Amino acid sequence: MQRYSVPFLLAIAGALLVYGAKAEWLSLYVVSVLMFMGVNVILATSLNLVNGYMGEFSCGHAGFMCVGAYTASILGVLLFSGHKAFGEAWLGPELAVWGFPVLVIAGGIAAALTGLAVAVPSYRTRGDYLAIITLAANYIILSVIENLDIIGGSRGFMGMKKIVNGMEETLELPWMPLWVFVFTVLSVWLLRRYLSSTYGKGVMAICQNEVAAEIMSVNTDRIKTVTFMLSSGLAGVGGALFAFILGYVNPGSFNILKSTEVLVMVYLGGMGSLSGSVLAAILFTLLLEGFRFVIPWLNDLLHQLSLVPESYEVSQVWKWVLIPLLLIVIMQFRPEGIMGNRELGDLFPKLKRFYRFK
Amino acid sequence: MLASLLQNLINALQWGSFYALIALGYTMVYGVLTLINFAHGDVFMVGAYIAFFVASFLLAAVGLPGWAALVLAIPLTMLLTSLVGVSLERIAYRPLRRKGVDRLYVVITALMCGLILEHANLATFGASRKAFPTLLDEQVYTVAGVSVTNLKLAVIATALLVFLVLQRIVTKTRIGMAMRAIACDRFAVPLMGISVDTVIVATFALGSGLAGLAGLLFAMSYPILEPYMGALIGWKAFIAAVVGGIGDIRGAFLGGFLLGAVEIMVVAFFPSTFRDLIAFSVLMLILVWKPTGLFGVARTTKI
Repeated sequence: MQRYSVPFLLAIAGALLVYGAKAEWLSLYVVSVLMFMGVNVILATSLNLVNGYMGEFSCGHAGFMCVGAYTASILGVLLFSGHKAFGEAWLGPELAVWGFPVLVIAGGIAAALTGLAVAVPSYRTRGDYLAIITLAANYIILSVIENLDIIGGSRGFMGMKKIVNGMEETLELPWMPLWVFVFTVLSVWLLRRYLSSTYGKGVMAICQNEVAAEIMSVNTDRIKTVTFMLSSGLAGVGGALFAFILGYVNPGSFNILKSTEVLVMVYLGGMGSLSGSVLAAILFTLLLEGFRFVIPWLNDLLHQLSLVPESYEVSQVWKWVLIPLLLIVIMQFRPEGIMGNRELGDLFPKLKRFYRFK
Repeated sequence: MLASLLQNLINALQWGSFYALIALGYTMVYGVLTLINFAHGDVFMVGAYIAFFVASFLLAAVGLPGWAALVLAIPLTMLLTSLVGVSLERIAYRPLRRKGVDRLYVVITALMCGLILEHANLATFGASRKAFPTLLDEQVYTVAGVSVTNLKLAVIATALLVFLVLQRIVTKTRIGMAMRAIACDRFAVPLMGISVDTVIVATFALGSGLAGLAGLLFAMSYPILEPYMGALIGWKAFIAAVVGGIGDIRGAFLGGFLLGAVEIMVVAFFPSTFRDLIAFSVLMLILVWKPTGLFGVARTTKI
C-alpha cells in the first residue's frame, strides 16, 4: 500500500482533471488556472534544484523558459500547422496528437543546451557573479528573440492554437490539461530521482562546501553541468507547455518579472524542499488569481467606508503591491519559507507510513 | 570621423554617469552588508519622482526662478530619497538581519520592496507619464563640430565630483573607515566599539542620496517620468557594479562608464535594438575572463 498510494492518488487526480475538463464540469477558467499551476510547479521545482539544493543564485530562469517556449512553438508550427514565413506544414495537423510530447521534449532539450551558457562560466565563478551571468543570459536570450524578425520579433509568435485544435479534432480529449499534468508529475519525479542519486548527493555536497566536495572526489564541474542543464531543460519544458496553453508567446512575458515570480515561489516554499516548492507554486498561483476577485471587493469596501475619494478606483495594479507586501510579512515571521529545507514526510513523520515517493 | 567619435564619447560619459551614480549605491551596500539591494533601481525612480514634486512645488507654489529651484531641489531630493532608502532598511532588512537568516532571503525581500515601490507609484499616480519642468535653460556649445549642452557637462562634472568626494569620505572620515572595517571583518567591528547599525544606516543614506541625485539629473536630461524607468536601468547599473568588481567604489565608476560607452558605441554603429544584446554579451565575456570583476579581489576560502 505504501508503494502504490502516490501513483494511485496521482492517477485519480489526473483522471478527475481529464474527466472534469471533458464533461465541462470544471469551467474553462478553472482548467486554465490548474494548467498554469502545473507550469509553475515545474518552474519552481526546477529552479529549486539550482537555488535551493546547489546553493547558487540563478535569477534568469525565465530566459530558459523562453528558449523552450519558442523552440517548441516554432517546431510545432513548422511541422503541424504551417506559417506565412515558413510555408506549408511538413506533416499536417492530424499527426499533432503523436508529435506533441516530442515538441515539448525538444523545447526542453534546446533550453538545456542554452543552460550550458551558464554552466560553463560556473566552473570558475560562484555566488553573486554567477547571478549576474544568469541575469545577463536572460537579457541576451530575450534580446536575440526581439531581433529575429522572422519569428515576429517583439510582436510575438502565434499559431499554436491550431495545433491544439488539430489534436482535439483527431481525438476528442482535453489534451492540454492531460499533457500538463503528465509533464508536471514527470518532472517532479525526475527531480526527486536525480536528487536521491549519487549526483544529487554531489549537488548537496557542493552546496555545503565546494572545495571540500572536490577534495572528497566529487567531480564538481560535471555535476554543475548536469544540474544546470537539468534545471534549465525542465524550465524549457515548462515554457513549452506555457506557450501551448496560451497559444501565443512574446518575449515580454519572459522578462525579469517572470524570473522574480519563480524565485519568489522557491523561497516561499523553502530552499531545498521539493514539496515546499510544489506547495508554494500552487499557493502562489491561487494567490495571483484570488486577488482578481479580492480587489473589486476591496474597492467596494473602501468606497463604502469612504476611505478613498469617490473618483479613485482601486485597480488591479494594487495586486502587485499587496502580494509583495504579504510576502515581506511572511518573510518576517517565517524567514525560511513554508517548509524550510524539509520535505512533507519530515514535517509529518506519521505520513511516511502511508506513502513513498522516490 | 574624429568629431563623431568625440561626440559619442561625450554621450557615453553622460550616459555612464547615471549608471555610475546608481552603481555606487549597489556597491556600497554590498561592501558593508554583502547584500544585493535589488530595490535600489526603484529608489532611483522614486528619487526622480521626488525631484519632480520638489521642483514643481518650488517653481509653482513658491515661485522661485529656475536656478534657485535647482539649487534647493538638489539637497532636498537627496535628503528625501535617502529617507526612503533608510526606511526600507529599517522596516524590511533590519528585522531579517537581526534574525540572522540566510542573506538570499534578504535579497528576495529587496526584490519585493522594489516591486512595491514600482506598483504603488503606478497605482497612486497612474500610468500617465509626467513631464519634468525645465530648471536650467539649455545652451548648446559647439566646438570643432562637437556639440555639448551645459546639462551634459553638468552631469559629467557631478559624477566626477561625487567620485572624488566619496573617495575622500571612504578613505579619510571616521564613518568611511568604519564602512571599510565592516567590509573587512563584520564580527570584529562591534568588538571595537563601533555601532554597526549606525554605519549601515549611513551607507543606505549615502547610497540612496546618490540615487536621488541621479534621479534628478536623469529627469532633467530626459524629462519624462514613468514608474518602470528604474527597473531596467537599476538592473543594468547592478551589472555595471559587478563588472567593476562589486564592493569597490572605483569599480562601480569604471563599470558604469564602461557600460555607458559600450551602449552608446553599439547604438552608433548598429541598429539600436542590438544595444542590450551586445552590451550584455560584452559584459558576460568580461566576467568569464575576469570572474571577480575588474577591481574585485578573489577571496581565498578556508575549509
